[in-house]
Amino acid sequence: MILTENFRLAFEALRANPMRSILTTLGIIIGSAAVIAVVSIIQGLQFMITQQAQGVGATFAWVLPDTGNQGAGLVARQVKLTWADGQAIQQQVPGVAMITPLIQGIEQVKYRDRQHRPAGVSGVNADYPEVFNHTVDRGRFFTRLDLEHRRKVAVVGQTVVEELRLGDDPIGKEIYVGRIPVTLVGVMEERGQSLGTDQDDQVFLPFDTALTLFGRRAGDQVALSLQAESVEVVDRVKDGIERVLRARHRIPDGQPDDFLVILQDEILSTVNSILGGVTAVIGAVVGIALLVGGIGIMNIMLVSVTERTREIGLRKSVGARRQDILIQFLIEAIILSLVGGVIGLALGYGTGVVVASALPGDWPSAHVPLWAVALAFGFCTFVGVTFGIYPASKAARLDPIEALRYE
Amino acid sequence: MALIELTGVHKTYDMGVEKVHALAGVDLEIEAGDYLAIMGASGSGKSTLMNLLGCLDTPSEGHYLLNGVAVESLVDTELAAIRNREIGFVFQTFNLLPRTSALKNVELPLIYGGQQRRERQRLAMEALERVGLADRMEHQPSELSGGQCQRVAIARALVNGPSILLADEPTGNLDSKTSEEIMQLFDELHRSGNTVILVTHEDDIAEHTRRIVTLRDGLILEDRRSGGQPPGEDAGREAPA
Ligand SMILES: Nc1ncnc2c1ncn2[C@@H]1O[C@H](COP(=O)(O)OP(=O)(O)O)[C@@H](O)[C@H]1O
Ligand SMILES: [Mg+2]
Repeated sequence: MILTENFRLAFEALRANPMRSILTTLGIIIGSAAVIAVVSIIQGLQFMITQQAQGVGATFAWVLPDTGNQGAGLVARQVKLTWADGQAIQQQVPGVAMITPLIQGIEQVKYRDRQHRPAGVSGVNADYPEVFNHTVDRGRFFTRLDLEHRRKVAVVGQTVVEELRLGDDPIGKEIYVGRIPVTLVGVMEERGQSLGTDQDDQVFLPFDTALTLFGRRAGDQVALSLQAESVEVVDRVKDGIERVLRARHRIPDGQPDDFLVILQDEILSTVNSILGGVTAVIGAVVGIALLVGGIGIMNIMLVSVTERTREIGLRKSVGARRQDILIQFLIEAIILSLVGGVIGLALGYGTGVVVASALPGDWPSAHVPLWAVALAFGFCTFVGVTFGIYPASKAARLDPIEALRYE
Repeated sequence: MALIELTGVHKTYDMGVEKVHALAGVDLEIEAGDYLAIMGASGSGKSTLMNLLGCLDTPSEGHYLLNGVAVESLVDTELAAIRNREIGFVFQTFNLLPRTSALKNVELPLIYGGQQRRERQRLAMEALERVGLADRMEHQPSELSGGQCQRVAIARALVNGPSILLADEPTGNLDSKTSEEIMQLFDELHRSGNTVILVTHEDDIAEHTRRIVTLRDGLILEDRRSGGQPPGEDAGREAPA
């Protein structure tokens, strides 16, 4: 009963000084807006990355040259990872289902008088669609024969078809990739945007054709992508790759690898730990904002207690107990903090929505989980109580006579 | 048994270098239904005595029995309950909550008494009617005259049906005509059975009452009955000026 009255009082006190209340809660507003904005963006990122990872599956792995790790004290020698390594892996490591090299470059494409610079030109082999779980929509992908005979063929994404205005029947048309004329044999299935790049703005060339285009040296450092036969053998495949490559690269015992084998779930956990780090940093910023907000609330509550000293004296003279006064001012502090929290929530959500729509592509729409809202409100209440308790207990301890006499 | 029994009450303020004996041994008995004025020079201890009677403060020494309860041994929560139920305080400066309607102001003691909303409103309206403000319930203090403000304050003091109505210079901020009207209200409250104790400087205010206690330097200098009217008579009008 007194409680509902206290809530009414708290809102009236805030209404009496609306501008002051808003300014006081600025720290809280910023703090809770940051919580919500960050959570919604990070949740979106995580959602997208998880989806992408699930796209290629848990049996996917990368093998990359590790240029940063050449062994202390050794004369720097060039780190190489070649398609020959990839073929050795395929033949000697049990459990590897398929493997493709991947080299990438930027080249102009041309069709008649039309020009376009796609996001990427990739040299891969016939296993690419299966390794990356990315299939052809029309026409076909390269075959082993294409590769063996170094045929000048290409497969493109839908964006390239549109940019070059290849029409409804692009298969068989001649385009230029850089200086090399190629025949289009297929169009990839659309994948939309991911992490800000257009997945359909791609040109795929047979690996050897790409080498001709990029230069032979591009073949010294390729990325290898593979699928293991099953989730169970993934770890054994990783060990096998390490053994085979160390032998081929003649790395003595005790020296570190000059390559990296990254399993899909490792990519996921790395991304997650990076996101976790970002969250922690921003969490610290939020913590500081809330601290500042809390001090603002304490300050204004102390002012409020002083301003209302006579009111407190009067309340005591008509029968308010210490705890009644304590709760009155505590609730006022909490409401102040929560009002800031609600404004911040709206602001943060708005920011999330704007950021999500400003980012290109399939960035998932801002998603604020209930726990983040609860967290923000929990924090606000906590801040309100923590920083309200001192002014409130100061009010509660006032001597009624002195309070009534206060000018 | 008297409603109020003070025995050997001292109130001492320790000011560091010297001790101020605001009350230096007061013995006083007040019966229920009495109408009493406390007089005396400024600084003689009138307000200190009122604050003790109103349980806003406790004596440094001596005993205060209110309705048979030893007030000096009570803790804050118990004192608050007594202030809420037994005491109605009226101040010289009204002490109304600003930006709050007369009705809400009068409801205040009922909130701390734990009364439900409906009942609160009903009682507050009744009290405002009693002080003649039935048509001003939704007005805020800034929209009321001094006399009307004091009426609201009196209604607030009355609303919980207290044993004692205490008023520390209730007419100190009012002109003489308004003062007279407020005193007539007190007379009426006394006639209808309330115990009224008020502090005043002015003889013509004091003459409304039936008993005048005069303080000097924290001691009772004089305690006299004004006239010999039986309770229920309008003491003020018949008393010699
Ligand atoms: N809180 C206090 N601290 C110190 N001295 C006080 C306090 N309250 C009252 N006094 C002193 O006690 C004496 C009586 O004060 P008070 O009861 O207010 O007198 P009155 O109301 O008759 O004018 C005065 O000398 C006053 O200065
Ligand atoms: Mg006084």
